[in-house]
Amino acid sequence: MSTAERTAGRSAFAEYVSRHWRDWAITVAAFVLAMLIGAILMVVADPQVSANFAYLFTAPQLALGGAWAKVSSAYGALVVGAVGSPQALALTSSKAAPLICAGLGVGLAFRAGLFNIGAQGQAIWGALTAAYIGFTFELPYGLHLVLAVLGGMAAGAVWGGIVGWLKAKTGAHEVIVTIMMNYIASGMLAYLLTTAAFRRPGREDPISPEVHPTAALPSIFGQFHFGFILALAAAAGVWWLLERSTTGFSIRAVGANPNAASTAGMSVAATTTITMTCAGALAGLAGIQFALGPSANGAPVPLTLGLVGTVGFDAITVALLGRSRPVGIVLAGLLFGGLDAGGLAMQSVAQTPLTLTMVLQAVVVLFVAAPALVATILPFLKGRKLKPAAALTGGQA
Amino acid sequence: MSASISAPAEVITHVHLESPDARRARLATGWLIIVVGVVLFALSFSAGATATFALSDAFDTVQLPSIALPAGPVVVITALLCLAAGAGLVSGRLSRTWRRVANTVAGLSVVLGFLSWAASSSTLPFPVSNQLAGTVALATPLILGSLAGVVGERSGVVNVAIEGQFLNAAFSAAVVGSVTHSIPAALFAGVLAAVLTGMLLALFAIKYLVDQVVLGVVINLLSSGLTGFLFDQLVQPNSSTLNSSPIMTAIPLGPLADIPLLGPVLFDQTILVYLAVISVAVVWFLLFKTRWGLRVRAVGEHPKAADTVGISVTAVRWQAVLVGAIFAGLGGAFFTVGSTGTFVKDITVGNGFIALAALIMGRWHPVYAALMGLFFGFVTQMASQLQTLSTPVPSQFLLLLPYVATIIAVAGLIGRTRAPAADGQPYVK
Repeated sequence: MSTAERTAGRSAFAEYVSRHWRDWAITVAAFVLAMLIGAILMVVADPQVSANFAYLFTAPQLALGGAWAKVSSAYGALVVGAVGSPQALALTSSKAAPLICAGLGVGLAFRAGLFNIGAQGQAIWGALTAAYIGFTFELPYGLHLVLAVLGGMAAGAVWGGIVGWLKAKTGAHEVIVTIMMNYIASGMLAYLLTTAAFRRPGREDPISPEVHPTAALPSIFGQFHFGFILALAAAAGVWWLLERSTTGFSIRAVGANPNAASTAGMSVAATTTITMTCAGALAGLAGIQFALGPSANGAPVPLTLGLVGTVGFDAITVALLGRSRPVGIVLAGLLFGGLDAGGLAMQSVAQTPLTLTMVLQAVVVLFVAAPALVATILPFLKGRKLKPAAALTGGQA
Repeated sequence: MSASISAPAEVITHVHLESPDARRARLATGWLIIVVGVVLFALSFSAGATATFALSDAFDTVQLPSIALPAGPVVVITALLCLAAGAGLVSGRLSRTWRRVANTVAGLSVVLGFLSWAASSSTLPFPVSNQLAGTVALATPLILGSLAGVVGERSGVVNVAIEGQFLNAAFSAAVVGSVTHSIPAALFAGVLAAVLTGMLLALFAIKYLVDQVVLGVVINLLSSGLTGFLFDQLVQPNSSTLNSSPIMTAIPLGPLADIPLLGPVLFDQTILVYLAVISVAVVWFLLFKTRWGLRVRAVGEHPKAADTVGISVTAVRWQAVLVGAIFAGLGGAFFTVGSTGTFVKDITVGNGFIALAALIMGRWHPVYAALMGLFFGFVTQMASQLQTLSTPVPSQFLLLLPYVATIIAVAGLIGRTRAPAADGQPYVK
């Protein structure tokens, strides 16, 4: 029986499983290992619990019981806070939406062989522009929101496009340029918040006026808002762009081998610029989620210095975990969004600092980045091929 | 890392021959200086009457007089000097030595002209001694951090994780310093933490072949999370015992410290500042005058060739990353035991990335990288000084100068920055 016949005989699902089961297994293993490391960290950092380990051999139930109580209450609160109630799910979705958008921005660039560390700056511009349009103009429902979203995406696109253009024109390495552009963006935000156009009247601290309700992303259920739908639409759009469009084919070709793509008549410079512009627009959409998405009290949070948090850096972990594929990024965004939402509950219920979730994210990605390490720890995952860089960035970069 | 920046073939340069690259750089620099000259000229119209520079602050034993300069004429003269230097560079008739003179004159003119213009808008004098002292304090960690990058990247391992090394070192130094009340122990702990972070970097980059930039970003995230978690959970509730480290005291170098103005800045500093200066020389010597340095550079430029002649690429890269981490550890310790003795979350506020910028601007050379660190320190300090003088130019823009300068540098507008050829490329035998 030839290979072609054998492949045709299998269902598409079986094909997928046989090709990708190890990716999934490694991701799950990475997550379990990260939770283990997080648990050790919690025990070590709690003097009351770790003190009992002096009696580990005389009274193991004391040491292990204390540790178990500590760890299970923290992780229990984490899970309940992420998926335990409709409100928790809504919070998870609102935390996931910007991560998905910015993750798509990073992932799309990965597919073209570009490393977009600049999602942070692009998101800042998106948030800044959307908020400005949102609190400055008086426009009817619908139109106002559309304008604010488009404006924010355009601002992010410009900020990302500059990087692509510089790379195409002068060969300036995008990693260095995007790092610097991040700082310039946050510096500009700090400056703009001191100007009359952005500062809330009567306030001395850097905070903008509130966004008009006409420009807010409409809520569907509590914090589950229209922005999440936008994020899913963006993922579908990126999938279409990459898998069904000519531009997407160029992006993947340039990512796989720029010299071959150039020989085949594609413009590497144009593709680089277009990719970074699209990536910037997607990261800008992430910024919009922060500026226009309803907070717990139903109204959008006004623009401040730290409004977008560290979304640009979290997006890198999301894109890496999602293997730079749109579906993977949506799942990774939901996972890390859940960690964020659950982390808040963990902090208030189990008094375990939110920063633990940052450790978990970083460790998960470290393990996913080094499948060979996971296979060393868990030998049953050893396979024939373990390509580190390719596993991360979707076969390219 | 910069494999895409193509290296032109070696050209034998005679006096009258100039490579297209050098020509482009010279013209771009010349025009940039001319533009700055024009801007300065325009600024001279809005300059106030006098710009006062205070050379001593109230606590100095030797009081030097304040210098009052007529701001308008000074700005005009510096503008003309810039225009002349720029025109000289563009004309292409200057010899190598004179080109250097033109660059130096332009640089000094810009600083003097801009400061005079900014200071003339305020009745308060511009405190020169504060400016110099602040420059040294801000530049010390930048210099040490960029040295860490230089050693690692010369061997072909990109280090975006300087920020993470800084954070871990700052945290460990603060905690160990608080527990032991000993500065040497704190410094040792800082270095140890940075070396452990370096080991993580080396393990994943060299053994598991993870993309080094991705890795650096993730290590930074991990360091921020780890120090943040330990700070929240352990250190902040016990800050009197775990977060009140003794701080380093200044060590005056005999009579040199009594020189007015420069003495306190250069010769009455903490041990870390002296160490930073010594480290620059040490790294230069290690890289360019020892057999080990030759191997490091060989491995960073052409690992296959190095491997062929029997050098272990893996071993050399491990050594380079860990040696570099020592400097990053000293730099990180400066944030806590070198200043207030207490750690706060994300205390390093992006300094690791500025150190990375200094290293690129300094073209992967220890001495130039250190000079760039000094420059960035100078600009940052100037921005905060001008903020207190409430000058017309928003100081936020000045704070952005290092970043803009780095973009201009990597875009190849001023000279060509070329990374070691194998920078960022894992080596598989």
